[in-house]
Amino acid sequence: MSLLQVAGISKQFGGLAALTNVSLQVQPGERRAIIGPNGAGKTTLFNVITGELSPNGGMVHFDNRDITALPVHTRANLGLGHTFQRNNLFFGLTVLENVRLAVQHHRGIARQLFRAAVTFEAVTAEAVGLLEEVGLAADKEQIVSTLAYGQQRALEVALALATEPQALLLDEPTAGMSPAETKDMVQLIDALPPSLTVLIVEHDMDVVFTLADRITVLHHGQVVSEGMPGQVRADPTVQEIYLGAESLAA
Amino acid sequence: MIAIQLTNTRAWLEAHQRLVLAAAAITAIAYPFVVKPYILSLGIEVLIFAIFAMSLDLLLGYTGLPSFGHAAFFGLGAYIVAYMTSRNELALGLTDNLLLALPVVLLATALVAVVVGFFALRTSGIYFLMITLAFAQMLFSIAIRWSSVTGGSDGLTGVPRPALGLGGFTYAFESRESFYFLVLGLFLTVWLLLRRIVSSPFGMTLRGIRENEQRMRALGYNTFRYKTAAFALAGMFASVSGLLLAQYFWHAAPQNLYWAMSGQVLIMLVVGGTGTLTGPILGAALMRLLPNFASTYTDRWQTLLGLVLIMFVLFAPKGIVGVLRGGRKQP
Amino acid sequence: MDTLIIQFLNGLVFSMLLFVMAAGLSLIFGQMNVINLAHGSFYMLGGYVGLSTVRLLDSFWLALMIAPLAVGALGVAIEYLLLRRLYGTHRHLDQVLFTFGLALIAADLIRWNWGAYVVSVPAPPLLQGQVPFFGIQFPLYRLSLIGFGLIIAMLLWIFIERTRIGAIVRAGVSDARMVSGLGINIQLVFAGVFALGTALAALAGVIGAPVHSLYPGLDFEILILTLVVVVVGGLGTLKGAFFGSLVIGMADTFGKAFLPEFALFIIFAVMAMVLLLRPSGLFGLKAS
Repeated sequence: MSLLQVAGISKQFGGLAALTNVSLQVQPGERRAIIGPNGAGKTTLFNVITGELSPNGGMVHFDNRDITALPVHTRANLGLGHTFQRNNLFFGLTVLENVRLAVQHHRGIARQLFRAAVTFEAVTAEAVGLLEEVGLAADKEQIVSTLAYGQQRALEVALALATEPQALLLDEPTAGMSPAETKDMVQLIDALPPSLTVLIVEHDMDVVFTLADRITVLHHGQVVSEGMPGQVRADPTVQEIYLGAESLAA
Repeated sequence: MIAIQLTNTRAWLEAHQRLVLAAAAITAIAYPFVVKPYILSLGIEVLIFAIFAMSLDLLLGYTGLPSFGHAAFFGLGAYIVAYMTSRNELALGLTDNLLLALPVVLLATALVAVVVGFFALRTSGIYFLMITLAFAQMLFSIAIRWSSVTGGSDGLTGVPRPALGLGGFTYAFESRESFYFLVLGLFLTVWLLLRRIVSSPFGMTLRGIRENEQRMRALGYNTFRYKTAAFALAGMFASVSGLLLAQYFWHAAPQNLYWAMSGQVLIMLVVGGTGTLTGPILGAALMRLLPNFASTYTDRWQTLLGLVLIMFVLFAPKGIVGVLRGGRKQP
Repeated sequence: MDTLIIQFLNGLVFSMLLFVMAAGLSLIFGQMNVINLAHGSFYMLGGYVGLSTVRLLDSFWLALMIAPLAVGALGVAIEYLLLRRLYGTHRHLDQVLFTFGLALIAADLIRWNWGAYVVSVPAPPLLQGQVPFFGIQFPLYRLSLIGFGLIIAMLLWIFIERTRIGAIVRAGVSDARMVSGLGINIQLVFAGVFALGTALAALAGVIGAPVHSLYPGLDFEILILTLVVVVVGGLGTLKGAFFGSLVIGMADTFGKAFLPEFALFIIFAVMAMVLLLRPSGLFGLKAS
């Protein structure tokens, strides 16, 4: 039984059809990558799944529930965590404060009015633990806007992980990163627990072929190929898309 | 140079905290007995508006919601207590007891805040600003036109000074001096409550919403509910200050609801510095003292007010607190 | 029936005034993301400058030209010298507060110069008196105001939709940075738009003065209604300003005529309804 399922998704912006009849299914524990040239509709599909955008047609199912009409925060509480393509953090706060915000909600204490936040030591401990997982524990008192780009990207992932999701959606996690930073991010994602289902939208082919169990290829808003990395790499349609257009290999 | 002197002063103050607190306490307690009645009156006004400004800070400084209609809650506090307690023939004249009147005021204000928030909190930024301004003006127009209840443009007079009654024992805050202590007590209560709230997980949530509401939603927060809560809390604290003002001047007036009042408290906040609790207190002090001082020299004190606001916006956007801190990280 | 016609016409008169105001405000906001709380002050200032022009030069028609030019020039000066320092995405509240400071100063200085009493402004001799119109007698001046408003609407529409400058303004509403990236002097566009918006407000003030007289407090009364118009109609489009002002103008006029105690309440109820159903206004471009 698939954990995440989209069926017949279509999305128009004015006259432009960004997505047409897109369907896919992701199994629990799977590592799925969504690739395609610029303008293929990857981020649009991503946003439809997370709830940032509503589709014009079709359905999104998660954990046996129809979530098509549910708002972003409800989907997050059902276990669908996601990161953003451009760093979407709490830039004026410290790294630790960022993660504590995520943890305190998940632990259900965000409504507490009369105790100081810092006295909730369990929250702080969990937050520090998460920071250690992504390698940011040493920088926990830094203001986020002063962090290096790659570190901010890692914090993005930490925030999404803090909600203990069933499925983690990553929108171009290695966007704008140097080769060294990319390597760190790939290690991070690779080290995620096998029970966690991961869906990645990516441009970097090396990253995709290292991490993915299955790959879905989008082009002009439609699914044109899907399968295991070897199959997709050998698919003539896919080769034409990538060799005919400008190469996107990192 | 100034920065070094300020740092040294700050350090000394922090090292001698108990001394400072004791000095402040003595000043506060002795104040009504050593100053002229006019200065005492100013002190009471400053404290009342400090509560008002701090309440707006919760909304604007901490949650990031720029309300230009906060006078609505200020005026609601004034009018509700007036209607409940005034001996005017229009009003109910039910009781002088603050322990009865205050909960009613708080509850009614919270209700109005939830209803207004239901519409207004669907927007943010400039839209929110315009809509809160419009809603406040709506209350103002109701106050002006519904003369049979609100006294129209004259407002409701005959508002008595409050009394605290429990069991058989009552104490009436009739004199200016005793009223001062009531206001001081409520000011300290509000201040301490707000300090708790802003450093609580709820307060951190509000800050998260201010910093990045979209991210908060992605983390699972129902931000609309939190904003409504902040709106209601801010409204309730504001209504306390409106209640006190009506009781101090024995009068609830439409001016309490007017856009100019919303503007005044907003100016206090900007000039003092948002996102801190000291800022609004300093701003309230400055903005109550300035017109009083200026109007003895010139009729053009409103122009002066506008100029002060513009100067701060252009050259010291983080307010007095920002200038004193000189760029240190805000809590 | 007669009353209905009269109120309908009065509603149109008020709608036209609101339209000119809303168009100016919407233009400035759409282009520069600035809500100008001094917009009502420019309206009032236009009215008073017009009054002084009439008193000095005995010509309403000169006032129609001088007031907008003078106030527009003042707008340019303010934009260039002061407002410009506050551009930037996170400074919207600062911009609003700045314009609020301006409004405070303007209201005070206007009261100082022209007094705190209600001043009535006569309509130009050519347009005084009443004319028959569908069975009733209606003031000629107000009829001509409706016509004048429609002409301004048309001219604005031609300017925005059919000229190159208008296209630049429209592009700026969508994406000011992009326009700047195309090599167009965005600073000049901003100054021009601010001048136009301000001049429109002053123009509305001049033509509105004979209808409702001039008095302290007028600035904020008209500002509040204009804000409601742009919330209802939507920010950034002429269509929004036009239809929003029709809705609010009619609601206000009929409200005051038949349910005077609830007139303003009705308007805000309309606004609340629109907010629920279409948060960015009936024809709005900019989402909040």
